[in-house]
Amino acid sequence: MRQFAELIKTLDSTNKTTLKVEALTQYFNNAPDRDKVWTIAILSHRRPPRPVNTTLMRLWASEIANIPLWLFEESYHIVGDLAETIALVIPPSSASSEKSLSQFLQEIIDLKPGSEEEKKEYLKENWLSLNYYERFVFTKLITGSFRIGVSQKLMTRALSKATSIDEDILAYKLMGDWNPAKTTYTKLILEENEEDFLSKPYPFYLAYAIEDQPEDLGDVSDWSAEHKWDGIRSQIIIRNDELFVWSRGEELVTDKYPEFEKFVGVIPNGTVIDGEILPFPKGEIGTFKDLQTRIGRKTISKSLLKKTPVILKAYDVLEWQGDDIRQMAFQDRRAILEKLYTEVKFDELPLHLSHTIQFTSWEEVAEERERSREVKSEGLMLKRLDSPYLVGRKKGDWWKWKVDPLTIDAVLTYAMRGHGRRSNLFTDYTFGLWDEKKEELVTFAKAYSGLTDAEFKKLDAWIKKNTLERFGPVRSVTPHHVFEVAFEGIAESKRHKSGVATRFPRILRWRTDKKIEEANTLEDLKALIP
Amino acid sequence: MRNTPLLAFNNKGIYCAQADVYLDPWRPVDKAIISHGHADHSRWGHKKYITHHSNIPIIKHRLGDINVSGKEWSETFTINNVKFSFHPAGHIIGSAQIRVEYKGEVWVFTGDYKTEDDGVATPYEPVKCHTFITECTFGLPAFKWQPQEEVFAEVNNWWQQNQSEGRTSVIFGYSLGKAQRLLKYLDTSIGKIYTHGAIENMTEVLRPQLKMPETTRITRDVKKEEIKGNIVVAPPSAHGTPWIKKMVPYVTASASGWMTFRGARRRRAIDRGFVLSDHCDWQGLLSSIKETGAEKVICTHGYTDIFSRYLREIGYDARTEQTQYEEENAEQTSKTEDA
Repeated sequence: MRQFAELIKTLDSTNKTTLKVEALTQYFNNAPDRDKVWTIAILSHRRPPRPVNTTLMRLWASEIANIPLWLFEESYHIVGDLAETIALVIPPSSASSEKSLSQFLQEIIDLKPGSEEEKKEYLKENWLSLNYYERFVFTKLITGSFRIGVSQKLMTRALSKATSIDEDILAYKLMGDWNPAKTTYTKLILEENEEDFLSKPYPFYLAYAIEDQPEDLGDVSDWSAEHKWDGIRSQIIIRNDELFVWSRGEELVTDKYPEFEKFVGVIPNGTVIDGEILPFPKGEIGTFKDLQTRIGRKTISKSLLKKTPVILKAYDVLEWQGDDIRQMAFQDRRAILEKLYTEVKFDELPLHLSHTIQFTSWEEVAEERERSREVKSEGLMLKRLDSPYLVGRKKGDWWKWKVDPLTIDAVLTYAMRGHGRRSNLFTDYTFGLWDEKKEELVTFAKAYSGLTDAEFKKLDAWIKKNTLERFGPVRSVTPHHVFEVAFEGIAESKRHKSGVATRFPRILRWRTDKKIEEANTLEDLKALIP
Repeated sequence: MRNTPLLAFNNKGIYCAQADVYLDPWRPVDKAIISHGHADHSRWGHKKYITHHSNIPIIKHRLGDINVSGKEWSETFTINNVKFSFHPAGHIIGSAQIRVEYKGEVWVFTGDYKTEDDGVATPYEPVKCHTFITECTFGLPAFKWQPQEEVFAEVNNWWQQNQSEGRTSVIFGYSLGKAQRLLKYLDTSIGKIYTHGAIENMTEVLRPQLKMPETTRITRDVKKEEIKGNIVVAPPSAHGTPWIKKMVPYVTASASGWMTFRGARRRRAIDRGFVLSDHCDWQGLLSSIKETGAEKVICTHGYTDIFSRYLREIGYDARTEQTQYEEENAEQTSKTEDA
């Protein structure tokens, strides 16, 4: 544990990517294999099941720190991270543990079935005997999400340096649902094992938003364009008469989409298709809201399957006849996909082709983009015809060209402290629009992003001086500031007080030129519902 | 029977009606008793300033030609039968608590203070009182300071490490207070100390009162090569400005109580955070309140709501008052950033 805690401390002591990679590389060169596997797992967001819920952890920590629970909670709101709060309020210790990271993780796994008493005893013993960083890391391992300013990409880069294995190959090896408690470093990283690859998806190629005008991309004849669908980006794998469905979040979701079982036996083995899962109620593309009825469910009932079936809009093919064809040019991969689609399209599969658009000029592409809302897409995807399928978010060959968002001018009504690098800073905002009589502000959306650091700082200082009421971490503020809030989509909603749900709301700009009387009304917002 | 309290909070500052004077007022008044030289406590525009004599060079440097008179520690001066005196607050050089006594009733206003003796400021002395007006900038149990020897050992190690890797160390601290505390404990056997103009100006003002190591002001004439591997002390506002480019390759650090929070360091894009504060930590606040023997406590700036609620739970008659001292403000860079 000392070694891992030291690594975290070193990563914490620099803001420079090169030094972080250096520290990680050194760790991968020196740590025991078991610890390496766990470190890779943790930094790629795989964690052991949480053995204790956080309510109990908060209660116990406040007991051990000898402070009332409310004071612990207030401190937590300000610190913005539970493990960090616990590490800070418990009496300091300068001791260090001889146990390894993997031993700790095994103990945490074994703790899950234990009694509440045993759990409390275990936490107490470790909290009191570890120094600040070890205590912080130990608690983080239990609470889960290990976000410490090191991305999976950065970790993979360091691992690549330590092993001399190509980064993209490592990214591929680390895909899927391997279990750090069961696998070994040799098996996971060093060995080539065919069997393990049966269910493995390829790392997704992600596009950046286009920065300027599409004209800047050069000759229009080098490009392909298609609509960008608003569902769940997924890979469908057919290998050995088995189906695997992966979401972009590297989650295996095969069981959630039983309609895709039909692919097996029709689509040949050794095929991997990149596409978008879309809701398809009443024989046409639905809204993301429809899809949400499918996402959260553990079991998919027959009636739900009938009410909200899904389809796969196919974009690309990554594996064909068992061969990885990602290096092939996009237009050649598309040719394979289109041929496959033609062959199977009468089999009534829930497989649709994401059609490419015919055009001869950038103006025609722009015109098609204007139709996006009409066809229920988010905009267009532009892909270079000769582009390979790359790993991760890369610039150059693929661009997304979304439709301009819908916008509305709203009033800041509540603010909450942020987390992580925004801890102790009011950065999470709630916005209201005027009711019919223009007397009251009705909450319609929350937004966390879109301001610069300098603007956040300025607004934070203003909020602290203009608080009306406090509700735990949330404060109501004097209605004073108007913001232009942008969002991708809008639909009626019974769950929201405003009667409207917006998709991906964020701040477009701070309208310092507007008074609150000039903000929009809820009626204005509802008029945007298609 | 007096209806008005001895000290009241109004829109200009903390007001003593009996003596018709203000303590650390934030708007111009006739007569101001000043706790210390930070900009939020000693503001511009009062007709007369009364302060501890060691604070005079500081506020004169900042505010120019003002009408100011200085007092010794514990020297009592009486205004309309109200007795006033200054007592060390240990916050920065010249920082004082202000004791106010009238007809046997004693109030103490802390200004800003810390309990640890930092070897620069005159150490804090608890003063018995009935009502204690305290800051609580770090009034949360998450704040616990290490002894400064440990922190400075880390700072010097960091400097040495950077030097061995061929990098210049740039450390940020307020130009009045933190900077001099850093200067005093930097290990000059490692290398030379360079300073930003704002820091050098303030340090020059304080040299007659403090024993400080030799420093070199960074001017246009200072060559990039000569700075390399040495340490540069700069105010927080210098971070991210073109000025710092001269130090390339450099590593940055900040010395502040706010560095307790990992997020605070990451947000500022600073490499290293040293938890070093000129305010009381949680235990420091609680123990000093206890030592005053006060029953009534008024919390001014900082986590006032939370801290006063806790004080009420443990038996004090505690409340909060709004002031215009830098409040709950981990983001401030303005404080004493004047050249």
